[in-house]
Amino acid sequence: MLRFIPLIFKNSFRNRRRSILTVLSMGASLCLLGILFSLYQSLFLSEPSQAQALRLITRHRVSLTNFLPAAYEAKIRAIPGVKDVTSWTWFGGVYKDNRDPNNFFARFAVEPDHYFGVRPDVKLDADVRQAFLTERTAAITTAKLAKQLKWKVGDRVTLIGDIFPVTLEFKMVGLFDDPEGNDSFLFNREYLREALPTGSKFRDVAGTYYILGESVDAMPRITRAVDEMFDNAPQPTKTESEKQFQLAFASFLGNLKLFLAAICAAVTFTILLVSGNTMAMSVRERVREVGILKTLGFTSGEVLGIILGEASIISLVGGVVGLLLATVLVGLLKSGPMQFANLSQMSISPAIWGICTSVSLLIGLFSAFIPAQGASRTSILDALRSNG
Amino acid sequence: MAIPLSYNFRNLMVRKTTTLMTALGVALTVAVLLAVLALVSGLETAFAETGNPLQILVLRKGANAELSSGMSRQNFQDIKFKPGIAKNSAGEPLASLEMVTVINLQSVDSINGINVTLRGLLPIGLTMRNELKLQSGRWFEAGKREITVGKGIAKRFPDAQVGKQLKFGKGQWTVVGVFDAGGSATNSEILGDLNQISSDFDRSEGLSSVLVRAQDRGSVTAIINAMADDPRLGLEGLSEVDYYKAQTSSGAPIKYLGIFIAIVMAVGSSFAAMNTMYAAVSRRAKEIGTLRVLGFSQGSILLSFFIESVALSLLGGLIGCLLALPLNGITTGIGSFVTFSEISFPFTVTPKVMMYGMAFAAFMGAAGGLLPAQSAAKKEILTALREV
Repeated sequence: MLRFIPLIFKNSFRNRRRSILTVLSMGASLCLLGILFSLYQSLFLSEPSQAQALRLITRHRVSLTNFLPAAYEAKIRAIPGVKDVTSWTWFGGVYKDNRDPNNFFARFAVEPDHYFGVRPDVKLDADVRQAFLTERTAAITTAKLAKQLKWKVGDRVTLIGDIFPVTLEFKMVGLFDDPEGNDSFLFNREYLREALPTGSKFRDVAGTYYILGESVDAMPRITRAVDEMFDNAPQPTKTESEKQFQLAFASFLGNLKLFLAAICAAVTFTILLVSGNTMAMSVRERVREVGILKTLGFTSGEVLGIILGEASIISLVGGVVGLLLATVLVGLLKSGPMQFANLSQMSISPAIWGICTSVSLLIGLFSAFIPAQGASRTSILDALRSNG
Repeated sequence: MAIPLSYNFRNLMVRKTTTLMTALGVALTVAVLLAVLALVSGLETAFAETGNPLQILVLRKGANAELSSGMSRQNFQDIKFKPGIAKNSAGEPLASLEMVTVINLQSVDSINGINVTLRGLLPIGLTMRNELKLQSGRWFEAGKREITVGKGIAKRFPDAQVGKQLKFGKGQWTVVGVFDAGGSATNSEILGDLNQISSDFDRSEGLSSVLVRAQDRGSVTAIINAMADDPRLGLEGLSEVDYYKAQTSSGAPIKYLGIFIAIVMAVGSSFAAMNTMYAAVSRRAKEIGTLRVLGFSQGSILLSFFIESVALSLLGGLIGCLLALPLNGITTGIGSFVTFSEISFPFTVTPKVMMYGMAFAAFMGAAGGLLPAQSAAKKEILTALREV
């Protein structure tokens, strides 16, 4: 069979326009398939990173919008196995004109020292760290947000509170880099607390607690210990891994799993149609040629093999083109402004390359099988008589 | 002179398999687009049917959602007697103080439960919502731990039925009725007595919003301006209709994702259509030559092949519409980042949505048909006639 490879190659590109169009058409579909797989993988299948596996988030059991008492922090800290904990409070508020979606970004009040304790993987310069730890009105943000909102170090940033009835003015002291790729604006919780009037019910609350555990083995125990501790309290908690917490946000988009699965099915079926159609066209045109091959002594099996080989080459090339395109698009998507879920881990992994090229190969073989078999079975006389 | 259309239709009929396969590819692309548009249009309908143009929602200044707003009873007294507010037959101003929060209900669909909106309101608030019709049972009574649930809630939660109990806040609540809010988003809410609910959540003073009805259209702006001009209040009024319209943005991520997918699929389908049309052109070289000899101009050949390609895609568009139609009426849920809870609404395949689908199909056909039609028109008469 190997000696037919040059013939298969020659045949694959004899109708160059058709082959190129087929490759492009399959490429578009496989590119989409690759992107959808990688979206699915990053949302539902990706393993939490080593650092991430050690982090938990505790929120009010009812919903993220209910506050937890500030006193919980010390109680959580006392649980054996907890290395550090910080309050992590969503400060909604309005920055400039809130009708412009570009002015929307995540703003969290944290305790700087404990935040760095829970997130030792966050990278920032020593002087920025020092400023954030010591200056009450200091705020830090990621490079991407700073660029989007044109902030420079030393700028004043004003947020008008909505959940919290207070207006805060911050001084941007520098940038930090979050290896998880979450862009946010962080400031000192103490500043928020002091800005609120004494007696305000918002002074001693936190949105969530961000916990760092000592080892992976201890995590299930810590999770249970936290929730059991507050089980009968007026503000019961729900503790989950950082990964699960993020997934809960993705589930806000509706039944994403079903949505992705349905579209993948539609795309796969479309590729099948495209490829089947092309192969049928190409085989139909060449019935006479098949007759000649057979006259020259090629067996039906060999003819079948040659046609199937052609189909696999075209579909494989389509697959590779599609996945290269997908790699580019995923790169663009990651750096794009639309971040509805944590897309930073999206990539066209080797596993996706494997799956998608196998899918394209299988589709190529499957779609060519019926026309190829028909052609290989045609008797020499009928084949020679046919005029395509 | 134009070539008769029946020539194109007969040609499409002759090449049944190829026509059908290409059309199916287009159909799947259109079906994916339609599914996404039907989802978004269902969401839009739900919000568009919520809100009365004469009603104004008063929130704390800067808050863009009831959930992040805050309202004291004193605020309510200040608002209630503003000029321009309509009165009922008993002479009471039509103004309802309300509290909105999110509760988590266990559901068969999701292990983590689903967040739904709970609204506590004054008896007058019910009379201000004309669109609410009791489906079964009765309305909750003031001073009792009773709730009436929207039909969207009753459908999704087995425990949200008349006579059963739901647990939230500080204990059990009896479901005494189910209401139908037409197509509006209120279907996904649970309603109960303001005082009962606010005391259960320790928010007797920390309420959310005030809904007021204006006497006439002119008073709507007058009341909104009066709020804005009184800085002492720190409140902001906005038309109820606008408030809900803005929430349609919850569907934006899925809309953009869906449109992106549809466009990539369309690129693939256009290439496939191009392939089919090129094959048609080369197979019919002799016919083209004959048509030219008969006196048809290059322009009419171009037009004829172009029309054939568009007709092929429109056939696909039609099949796509048929594929998407069964989605109509299927209820789905999507999370809203404004209310932090789920809104359930049906997919709505409207004629407008189908029009978009057909236009999209026609566009694919046009993009795929132009080049092959050009190559058909450019054929030299003699060579065309000589081709096999």
